Amino acid sequence: MRGATTLSLAHADGVKTVARHAIGLRYPTPVRVVGRSVPRKEGLAKARGRARYVDDLRFPGMLHGRTIRTAIPSGELLGVRFDFDTAGFTVVDHRDVPGRNVVALIQDDQPFLVEREIRHAEEPVLLLAHEDRDALRAASVHLDCRSSEPVLDPERSPRAFKEIAIEKGDLARGFAEAGVVVEGEYRTGRQEHVYIEPQGVIAVPGAGSVTVYGSLQCPYYVHKALVALLGLPPEQVRVVQTETGGGFGGKEEYPSIVAGHAALLALKSGRPVKLVYDRLEDMAATTKRHPSIVRHRTGVAGDGRITAMEIDVLLDGGAYCTLSPVVLSRACLHATGPYRCENVRVRGRVVMTNTPPSGAFRGFGAPQTVFAAEVQMDRVAETLGLDPAALRAGNALRPGDTMATGQRLGEDASALAVLHEALERSDFHRKRRAWTGTGRGIGLSLFFHGAGFTGSGEVTLASRATLELTPRGARVLVGSTEMGQGTRTTLAQIVAETLSCPLERIEVAEPDTARVPDSGPTVASRTCMVVGGLLKACAEEMKGRLGGLSPSAYLRRHGPLTVTKQYEPPPGIAWDDATYRGDAYGTYGWGCDVAEVELDPVTYEVRPTRVTAVAEIGRAVNPLLAAGQVEGGTAQGLGWALLEEVVLREGRMANAQLTNYMVPTTLDTPPIDVTILESPYRQGPFGAKGVGEMPMSGPGPAVANAVRHLGLDVRSLPITPEVVLECASSSTESEETSTRPR
Amino acid sequence: MRFVLNGKRRDVDAAPLRRLLDVLREDCGLTGTKEGCGEGECGACTVLVDGAPVNSCLVPFAHVRGRTVTTIEGLRSRLPEALVREGGTQCGICTPGVLMAAAALGRRPSAARVREALAGNLCRCTGYAGIVRALAGARAVPRPRVRHAGPPVRDRRPSSRRSARRGEARPVEE
Amino acid sequence: MATPLARLALLQPRTLEEALRQLRDEGPLVPLAGGTDLYVGFHFGTVSGRRFLDLQGLETLRGIERRGDTLVIGALTTYTDLIRSPLVSRRLPILAEAARTVGSPQIQNRGTLGGNVANASPAGDTLPVLAVAEAIVVLRSAAGERRVPFGSFYTGYRRTVARPDELVVAVEVPRVEGRQWFRKVGTRAAQAISKVVMAAVRAPRPRIALGSVAPTVVRAPRTEALLAIGGPLAEAQAVLLDEIRPIDDLRSTAAYRRRVSANLLAQFWAETSRIPPAR
Repeated sequence: MRGATTLSLAHADGVKTVARHAIGLRYPTPVRVVGRSVPRKEGLAKARGRARYVDDLRFPGMLHGRTIRTAIPSGELLGVRFDFDTAGFTVVDHRDVPGRNVVALIQDDQPFLVEREIRHAEEPVLLLAHEDRDALRAASVHLDCRSSEPVLDPERSPRAFKEIAIEKGDLARGFAEAGVVVEGEYRTGRQEHVYIEPQGVIAVPGAGSVTVYGSLQCPYYVHKALVALLGLPPEQVRVVQTETGGGFGGKEEYPSIVAGHAALLALKSGRPVKLVYDRLEDMAATTKRHPSIVRHRTGVAGDGRITAMEIDVLLDGGAYCTLSPVVLSRACLHATGPYRCENVRVRGRVVMTNTPPSGAFRGFGAPQTVFAAEVQMDRVAETLGLDPAALRAGNALRPGDTMATGQRLGEDASALAVLHEALERSDFHRKRRAWTGTGRGIGLSLFFHGAGFTGSGEVTLASRATLELTPRGARVLVGSTEMGQGTRTTLAQIVAETLSCPLERIEVAEPDTARVPDSGPTVASRTCMVVGGLLKACAEEMKGRLGGLSPSAYLRRHGPLTVTKQYEPPPGIAWDDATYRGDAYGTYGWGCDVAEVELDPVTYEVRPTRVTAVAEIGRAVNPLLAAGQVEGGTAQGLGWALLEEVVLREGRMANAQLTNYMVPTTLDTPPIDVTILESPYRQGPFGAKGVGEMPMSGPGPAVANAVRHLGLDVRSLPITPEVVLECASSSTESEETSTRPR
Repeated sequence: MRFVLNGKRRDVDAAPLRRLLDVLREDCGLTGTKEGCGEGECGACTVLVDGAPVNSCLVPFAHVRGRTVTTIEGLRSRLPEALVREGGTQCGICTPGVLMAAAALGRRPSAARVREALAGNLCRCTGYAGIVRALAGARAVPRPRVRHAGPPVRDRRPSSRRSARRGEARPVEE
Repeated sequence: MATPLARLALLQPRTLEEALRQLRDEGPLVPLAGGTDLYVGFHFGTVSGRRFLDLQGLETLRGIERRGDTLVIGALTTYTDLIRSPLVSRRLPILAEAARTVGSPQIQNRGTLGGNVANASPAGDTLPVLAVAEAIVVLRSAAGERRVPFGSFYTGYRRTVARPDELVVAVEVPRVEGRQWFRKVGTRAAQAISKVVMAAVRAPRPRIALGSVAPTVVRAPRTEALLAIGGPLAEAQAVLLDEIRPIDDLRSTAAYRRRVSANLLAQFWAETSRIPPAR
């Protein structure tokens, strides 16, 4: 037949579009890759061991770097003594800082190197570099310090980095309407990311310039920090992300410090410097999830309707501010759980303690407050004698409902949809009845996650994305990074389909600040939605301008073509940072987890046997990769729920070894049954929202609620066997619970 | 010291107690084997010595004298493709170690057998789901499902009836 | 900080006799077997020795054989060897079970029984098994052989009666009469250091040994005696708690270890009461 047809072949290798360029064929032919599980672009390179991570790289004349750190959590540095021959070593201290000795982030309170005041253990004081790693390790440096009394208890901290209050309605009236009031206090601990590739960078000096290659999530954060530290013009600083072996937020802001240290050594020595942490240093010195203490006071009417929510959130920010104000923000904005309530007050504080600073970690405050909200819900259900699913269904946010900040939810509010799906899929009610008293438990959690930066954050970021025409197709130029979550592939899929160009002809450039625009940080589950959205707009414009010509034909006729788009907020979004009112997030993902556990009566171990995870994420651009985020985030959440505990002794991590900090192995991780629901978000590319972080929030409370089903009242994480034993041994009446019938 | 590396006879001069991991990465230029912890806990450094998976961060170079060492670069297998296809590799740093540990598995292992063989390989990205699926097969570990959420649900009570309007879920294909 | 491995010396004897001579004349030397403990020590900089004796080439130290009623296990036998050995499965199945709970397949392929014994960690997973099996530790030096009953081998936290010029060359396990039982309670499902580990034998005279609840592996003779005369389980549990000295540490608490030890005793007793005796 004349006028060729397009064959779209779905292969194990992805979708191949075979367009027969017969005469009369219109270019381009449609490409359908969005919604297909095409293999990740760099997958085979990773699987064959060919992907190059920072420690795989070497530069001529390269030195190795090492950081000398404090041992005491609080005090003053009085002097430094070198117990080795410093010949052949490069030594850097705060006096070598050309610019400002400050890690530029939010409050600019953290120095790159201690000057005099010591605020936490493992605080960096001095940097060494040498050609020979053995000599470097053998170098003995003595720090002469005077200790002062550290603040280690967040409840006794004299200083808050940030306070937030969210108010809606009339709390007193809400409690007056309540038939029952339930109170509770919930605690979660520090969590360490344990990205399998530790932190590392290589800094290469130039004449009045420096290039840093590294394992990082946000090249432009690092760039900004280096410019301030080194006092160099922005165009003289270049940051390049190398293939990164996991981030989870742990490589959001911390790499700026590693990069700054390496750059200082490189500039002083005049040679490239590789600074890679070993696991011990990485665990002991880098950021952790903020520990939390969350108090709830909930008023409930006789029919199960929540009439009042009073919530206090306390986060431990560690020694310096880092990103704590934003973590607190997200924590407070998720503190009510995905529920409707007329009368709400949330008060949050993030405070200083003399411990290594807390930082970004998948979920970013939401898992902590969602844990509290969801365990509180089960306690409310228990108190009222209600089915926990029914209680949630009755109070869940629906389209058109108003949240605590006054935001009205759109049509893509799927709390009930995910709840129904999870209950059905897991056969929740039958198991709940059948397992009572048998040593098996089943529990659920309902949760949500705002996609993108809070409030006016995305506007402030003013992210940009660029698409460049190439002879074969196009090249994506963004500052967004691949760290395993699938960015490279999903962004390419969005462009390929929009541009009607085969996927394999879409390149994604290495994130290099010399080449790519600032697309904002790769955090907050924003990349697919916000940056993907920008790229879709770029591709639409590019397609229009191609006017039916092939890329090579266009280039021959018209020359280069580059399209750049900058973020514009969706219409109708309004946020007031001063009053904390308005549309906190453009949209939300919705999730429901059901955890099944069994209790070993001999060892008190709680073993998860199955988790059913349902996530509504708008649209799965790549279903396999999206599901991978749910599977991985759920496993990481299970680790936080049951195994992972940072033990601090005198403000220092005592279990900074993988032998003693327990992350789940294959035998600790149960089958995770994943269902992704799609309810397209109009402002997202092809309807996509965010997915990366939300799965972290589900397992903690689902497991705690399953343990509650076993008859154990646990209100903190991790739920270790020691905690279970203590809970089983102590009395059932807790001081915080008060149920006052009216 | 003589040994066989990825099928080729090699003679490498290196201090006997240096870690096999470092000799492979630095002296032999094979950076596919990774260091994740240095304490034999994460398995990212797994290589085969005489066909048996070992943590190369705990093996002295002297102990491979006359032996056969296989690294990811020398792995003859279709498992890498299977792993990518089933979403068993995300950030990729654990992947070479996983594949080397999996080399000890027989044909068509059960999911349980896969989990045992990989108990010494930590993965922080995948939750092991894609890994077990790739090695034991999609029948042993079902693929995730995707479906449309259906029209917005407004009713208060969760329905126990399957809603035909919401459409059948399709498994994540390929 | 990590030990500079390039600067360490390694002696590589070709025979046991050569090794023993070197130990006597060229010491101090730290024996190197599988390296799975030593290299962790190197990584964290806790190994003070700088000169090492490689046992890897001493093939006579590896292998499992039966001599009459005794199972002779060479010191260089790996955990994988133990797991795969039909002899061990028949005669001392709890040793294979213990080996399966050690580390990971990667560790099992390298770690050795001799290393576990000589290392003297109170958490060594095979040690309670050897204790209830009433094994003999065979030591050799240039001066000759010394055979030490397992119960006398450990003198304190990470201390044994072995002299610096002696090597553990084998462990001899006599026939074990009765039903064998083993359970390790770890920090997670795999690759875990034990919080409590117990091996036991149900026989007219029961034998019970525990790890991670005292500075060394311990037998519980008074508990055994009480059970032997038909004493009630609850009382036996109380006596057991008196025979162990668990502590709080990074991994667990004394209270947990006490309670779980008592529970393990009950589980052992319940599970071995119906199983027919092993031949």
